[in-house]
Amino acid sequence: MIALGVESTADNLGIGIVTSGKQVLANVLDVHVPEEGGIHPREAARHHSDEMGNAIRLALDTAGVSVDDIDIIAFAQGPGLGPCLRTGATSARALAAYLGKPLVGVNHCVAHVEVGRMATGAVDPLTLYVSGGNTIVSGYESGRYRIFGETLDIAIGNCLDTFAREAGLEYPGGPDIERMAAHGETLIPLPYSVKGMDLSYSGLLTAVTGELRTGNHRVEDLCFSLQETAYAMLGEVTERALAHTGKPELLLTGGVAANKRLGSMVKDIAHEHGAEPHIVPIRLAADNGAMIAWTGIIAYEAGHVTPLDESHVNPSWRMDQVEIPWRD
Amino acid sequence: MERLIAKGAEADLVLMEWNGLTALAKRRNPKKYRHPELDRRMRKTRTKIEADIIHRAKLNGVPTPLLYQVDPEEAVIVMEYVDGVKVRDAVDEMTEADRRQLFKRIGVYAGRLHGAGVIHGDLTTSNIMKRGERLVFIDFGLAEVSVEVEKRGVDLNLMDRMLTSTHYRHREELLAVFLEGYREALGAEANDAVTRMEEVAKRGRYIEKN
Repeated sequence: MIALGVESTADNLGIGIVTSGKQVLANVLDVHVPEEGGIHPREAARHHSDEMGNAIRLALDTAGVSVDDIDIIAFAQGPGLGPCLRTGATSARALAAYLGKPLVGVNHCVAHVEVGRMATGAVDPLTLYVSGGNTIVSGYESGRYRIFGETLDIAIGNCLDTFAREAGLEYPGGPDIERMAAHGETLIPLPYSVKGMDLSYSGLLTAVTGELRTGNHRVEDLCFSLQETAYAMLGEVTERALAHTGKPELLLTGGVAANKRLGSMVKDIAHEHGAEPHIVPIRLAADNGAMIAWTGIIAYEAGHVTPLDESHVNPSWRMDQVEIPWRD
Repeated sequence: MERLIAKGAEADLVLMEWNGLTALAKRRNPKKYRHPELDRRMRKTRTKIEADIIHRAKLNGVPTPLLYQVDPEEAVIVMEYVDGVKVRDAVDEMTEADRRQLFKRIGVYAGRLHGAGVIHGDLTTSNIMKRGERLVFIDFGLAEVSVEVEKRGVDLNLMDRMLTSTHYRHREELLAVFLEGYREALGAEANDAVTRMEEVAKRGRYIEKN
């Protein structure tokens, strides 16, 4: 079976073509880069709408398949930015109707976990999913991906991006902050906010931005301190959830999974608890179409199809609301 | 005589003999993944706050372990060894009546704790021990002194999250009796905290907002 997956939850437009034999035939990515500031949902949606046709054509060419070879159309139904989600959903519906193929709506966060399992071979991991829009520690339990910890306000990636913008660094902020942090020496005290297994990044962002504005610190030291504090918080909640669930594997995914410092922390924590660490390669860890296509396949094979009248997007669709019959 | 009995996320728990008593040493070992300075600061501060708050809770009628000795530099607390089971592991084997009674008591203690100006910080069923009829609140490692409605709400939300993720079969009934006990102990102040708990839950990512 071959699936085409449409990912358009935020600034990334992704079209993936994947087989039920776990082959990623194409994983086209077209990123909307705002001229200034952060993501504007309407402008990102316009970008996705403008580029959709090209991206689908490029994906088919790369995969070397024709539209008739596609068996199902999968799309990210939520969570995400409404206008962006609707653009992807509209294209997916049109494709499915035109080709007469089944439509499969997929939860974006579940897709991150599923493609991570596919890519790394992890079987039953605790997952740390960190990106511009999400910060979630989850694990499978009785038919669902249960959320053990998550941010109470903004996502880690949002915190990094906003600080980077204030400091005049590149967007997205993670890579530049990591480069600057490598030259940091002094650990500036910043608020560390962990509530059980949940965390909060808004206070940290306010504090580090305030320290930046005082002009008393090197930006390298601020990046270093921000990174050490923000990732130590992730490390702590991950370690708590790992101790709590006793999961045998620890999976790191999402766009922020590209960070080497966070990767090394995850490995240390996994080893400390006798778990096997898995870090998802960035092309499949960041938002992409292949993860939607792959999750579409396993959901479809488990009997899930999304009728047109139930294909409306859900910008606030939590991953723990999704039944996961294929894991039983 | 020393025996490692639990390796938590936060600390190692070591069973030892202390002046002829069987005692539990809670050791916050250095975390390799954390920056050494951040690590040292966190372990020292958390050790002192934890010991202080265990005592404060006890003075306000919340059962906590007896403290024998505290060493902030080494980040060690030596305390009474509570030989029991975690409430988390006891719930599924209890009768419905016992379960309801248990969670009502837990609610009363949570109310007393908040009334005493203590926020537990990790109010989950993994951190309440049960031995026969005796309940003991443990692990005040993330606790803080505060009467802020926000922090009370977050504390209650943690318990609700635990019920939702781990005791999902009984979540509705257990939350109801827990809050009943909580209101009983905290009185009129409880309303704001419970309302805030609901707000905190909605503030999380991707909650269906009705």
